[in-house]
Amino acid sequence: MEPRRPPRTVSDPKVRQVGFVTPAAAPPARTVSDTAAMPAAGASQELPLSGSSLSPVMIPPPRHDGLSARVTAPVPVPIAATALRLDNLQIRVGSYNQSEVLLGTPPMTSPSSRVEDAVSEFSDDVSASSLYGRTEPDKVGTAFPGRSGDLMPAKSVVAGGSIGGSHTPENPPTTSLVVKTLPGITEKKRGMLEKQHDEAAAPKPLKEKTTKAERRALQEAQRAAKSAAKEGGGADPTNTKKDKVVKPTPQKKDVPEVAASSGKKVDRPLEKERKKEVLPLRMQFDDKHKVEKVKQRAIVNQREAKSRVEFFQRLPQYVHGTQLQELEAKFFQLDAVHPSVYKVGLHHLSGKITGGNARCIAMLLAFKEAIKDYSTPPEKALVRDLNAKISGFVSFLIECRPLSISMGNAIKFLKNRIAKLPLSMSELDAKASIQSDIDRFINQKIIIADKVIVRHAFAKIRDGDVLLTYGLSSVVEMILVYAHEHKKKFRIVIVDSRPKHEGQILLRRLVAKGLNCTYTHINAISYIMHEVTRVFLGAASVLSNGTVYSRVGTACVAMVAKAYRVPVLICCEAYKFHERVQLDSICFNELGDPDAILKVPTHVESYLYGCMDNDNLQLLNLNYDATPSDYVSMIITDYGMLPPTSVPVIMREYDPQNLWI
Amino acid sequence: MTRMDFEVVVLAGGASSNLSPLVSQELPKALLPVANRPVLSYVLELLEGSNLKDLIVVVEGEDAAQLVGGWISGAYADRLHVEVAAVPEGVGTAGALRSISSYLTANDVLIVSGDLVTDVPPGAIAATHRRHGAVVTTLLCSSPVSGPSDSGTSGGKEKAKKPVRHNIIGLDPTRQYLLHMATGAEVEKDIRLQKRILQAVGQMEIRADLMDAHLYAFKRTVLQDILDQKDKFQSIRQDILPYLIRTQLSSEVSGNGLVSSESGSNKSAVQDELRWLSQHREIAPSTFQDSQPLSLKSQRDDQRSHKCCVYIANESKYCARLNSIQAFSDINRDVIGEASHLSGYSFSAQNNIIHPSAELGSKTTVGPQCMLAEGSKLGDKCSVKRSVIGRHCRIGSNVKIVNSVVMNHVTIDDGCSIQGSVICSNVQLQERVVLKDCQVICHFFSVLYNLPTSWYGRKKCL
Repeated sequence: MEPRRPPRTVSDPKVRQVGFVTPAAAPPARTVSDTAAMPAAGASQELPLSGSSLSPVMIPPPRHDGLSARVTAPVPVPIAATALRLDNLQIRVGSYNQSEVLLGTPPMTSPSSRVEDAVSEFSDDVSASSLYGRTEPDKVGTAFPGRSGDLMPAKSVVAGGSIGGSHTPENPPTTSLVVKTLPGITEKKRGMLEKQHDEAAAPKPLKEKTTKAERRALQEAQRAAKSAAKEGGGADPTNTKKDKVVKPTPQKKDVPEVAASSGKKVDRPLEKERKKEVLPLRMQFDDKHKVEKVKQRAIVNQREAKSRVEFFQRLPQYVHGTQLQELEAKFFQLDAVHPSVYKVGLHHLSGKITGGNARCIAMLLAFKEAIKDYSTPPEKALVRDLNAKISGFVSFLIECRPLSISMGNAIKFLKNRIAKLPLSMSELDAKASIQSDIDRFINQKIIIADKVIVRHAFAKIRDGDVLLTYGLSSVVEMILVYAHEHKKKFRIVIVDSRPKHEGQILLRRLVAKGLNCTYTHINAISYIMHEVTRVFLGAASVLSNGTVYSRVGTACVAMVAKAYRVPVLICCEAYKFHERVQLDSICFNELGDPDAILKVPTHVESYLYGCMDNDNLQLLNLNYDATPSDYVSMIITDYGMLPPTSVPVIMREYDPQNLWI
Repeated sequence: MTRMDFEVVVLAGGASSNLSPLVSQELPKALLPVANRPVLSYVLELLEGSNLKDLIVVVEGEDAAQLVGGWISGAYADRLHVEVAAVPEGVGTAGALRSISSYLTANDVLIVSGDLVTDVPPGAIAATHRRHGAVVTTLLCSSPVSGPSDSGTSGGKEKAKKPVRHNIIGLDPTRQYLLHMATGAEVEKDIRLQKRILQAVGQMEIRADLMDAHLYAFKRTVLQDILDQKDKFQSIRQDILPYLIRTQLSSEVSGNGLVSSESGSNKSAVQDELRWLSQHREIAPSTFQDSQPLSLKSQRDDQRSHKCCVYIANESKYCARLNSIQAFSDINRDVIGEASHLSGYSFSAQNNIIHPSAELGSKTTVGPQCMLAEGSKLGDKCSVKRSVIGRHCRIGSNVKIVNSVVMNHVTIDDGCSIQGSVICSNVQLQERVVLKDCQVICHFFSVLYNLPTSWYGRKKCL
């Protein structure tokens, strides 16, 4: 276990890339002035967009750019493991500078020293912690509860980086503490620093945080114990994720003792709180008990899909065939669901509305309609009741089809807006305000965003280009049509795949508009890629490690394009970004109709006719896949063109949740 | 607010000519007993089961309306909120709707025929209607196999005389849209199809094994427009539905008209939505892919002004209309037989329902799929098979009743043999009467003398 840790982190390039630096394009020494002056969306058009070099037009955060550049560039990174931590922490440092401004520290004088200190501080801290972990395991576990509480957050940051955004909300308090202590300790020596930091960190969180951290430590410890027990039998390659959580915890061996000695005392009384705190894990559909529970809540009883593919058992199985009928039959029984929401749900289910944008817009409009018809029941607060109501709608929509990430983000936004409504506001005003919020979201985040993306992408199309696109993306279609209308001379290769043949819809529209198109299936991608000069792809979401989550097949196209050195441009509105990190398309995906892949158009009967009931046959129809950021040259969003590594920046700086508050 | 923005109208009819011997002033069609329950109760309970509790029941004729209203208020007083509306006789289904159309306010109207006996959830039709945004959605079910399926003797003669009522229904390949519909007499002639529709669809599936179950979901505004504009329309099935199907592609019932006729607050919402959608559609047409094959083929997306959709009931569902005497006995048989879940009774181990207060003589056998209501008395050595016997009937000994419906307060003397017949209330049959495929409706002559044996086809009131 121990010796395997460093190589893993080294070999994993995606984790290290978080930041502004792309291997090719980013200038090594970026000054604050040249980037900070750049306004958001409009100015990026004026920048010289050299077509071929694909230099990323980044919209940097106002001030931290210089910071982060310095952090990454000059500080010698001692160990690979600490480098990993640094890069993850660096985001946090940046994001909490704002709080420093509030504290009144002069921003221009201190940064360098401060950051260096911070860096050294972190590296020291981290290395120290790992040192402790290695040498004095017992102490960490038992003797220094404050210390372990301090240590865990650092670890959890790593976990947050590698596992997903779900961890991150808990980190800030401790990290911010670190930053706050810094200004005071800039003159002091590093040896002192460490001590001070510990002292500073320990007492303050004791009120609430140390207990939390302790609990977290215990949790982690138990988890580690479990996996240690598992690993006795042999490391399983499939549960790499779990291993990763465990890996950074060096005190594996002492863990059981911790759990045994102090664990039970602390654990019991906090059981409730812990339950609350346990992160809402995604529903695992291979957990029978949970599935039973969910089924009881469900509106229709969902029939099991016959043959499940083992890897994907935990995902919601496709049940369309029966579900549509059952939902329809229950039409009048669904009291809680507004008719317009119901309609949208059925459209999602029957495939009448597809595509992230369309689904999101349809949903929002249905919500708007529902809110308009909504009246607060007596003795209830609008804020609470309406949010509960929206939750009901959402669970209905989920029952129809798993939510797209775009919808999830929109729902988050909407709920946030509702929750932030002042209690004193009258119902009429509140409803009007939410409705206008929804309108604004649609307008700004989708419609205008699309227009901006089209303008950006247009700059990348030159005369004589051969553009390749895959499947059906609304933004890409807009780009192509826009470019055609502006008299660009180019040719389009539309790559399509079974079973949806969405590309044909695009093909029909484009041909009707007089564009020069070539249509082929994804099987022929390697042959057609020779002549292609640009690849434009849409995305269902872009995750914070730059992974592009999109229609299945996108990864294949991107990889072939990379192999042929064709730039891959992903067009995606920023509201679809998600803080989650996903390294493969197995851990989260949506299953489509397994029967759809059986149908062969030229044959009336499937070749598999008659062996459908065979237990050895398992059908898998995935809807999405994850394209690693290595294969993506650039992501075109409404905030400009970015390398995939800059996605976290956009999410941090332009979080839709905070945008209009 | 109405449930899911749907209003329900039950057309309970009046004195139907098809059922003329059975129905009368005293017994309107809606109250014809099916398994000793008025046929209307099946519809009402179906709707109640779907949580639809605000209903409008339209009855032809004041007297009939009073009877129906009285029965409903007695039976469903605390369960349903029913408004019974009386319309003059002979106005037809469209006329009946016209007279109440001003009361309708919801977005869509569900129109159910009162003589429908089915277990197809009305929600399914409503949901299909909503999903497609259709102007009209109709329930199609497989047409019933007419005649008693197992009493071979009644055979082909009679059926051969009677023109078999075929429905010719044209569907698009996905079986979602209704493209053609011809029923009854129209089928005798050649089938005329509109070239334009064929061109638009490319392929039409013509089915003769489907039947219109008279359960429709209409868009209210369109329905009201048609009712207002076309004064001569008499029937939904013969006038309104064909008209809507015919004009699917033309813009006579234009979509624009719908929006403009939306009232009040609805209007702004709809337009608002349209504005957003169209704005997005304008810049991102592909996000709204039309799954309709019609528009795919016809290249002109907006050509189709409105959609007529169908919901085809599953084969396993029971669906029948009580629109003929044959159907009456069929439904009676089915409800206590194969579609027994509809009757709402619990069956005994012998698969029959015998009310505890019914008295059976010695050596009397009541076979499966039979029903004996309360207070009936059977003498010795009787045999009852696949029949429904109403309340307070007195049946002597040695009586055979097969495949028949015996209503309330009937007296049957010894030695009678009744096969495939309907015997209405208060009839008295004397000894050794043999009836076969008869309807005995006698409110005035209460005694029926020694009818000769054997064949008495279609014996009507004496």
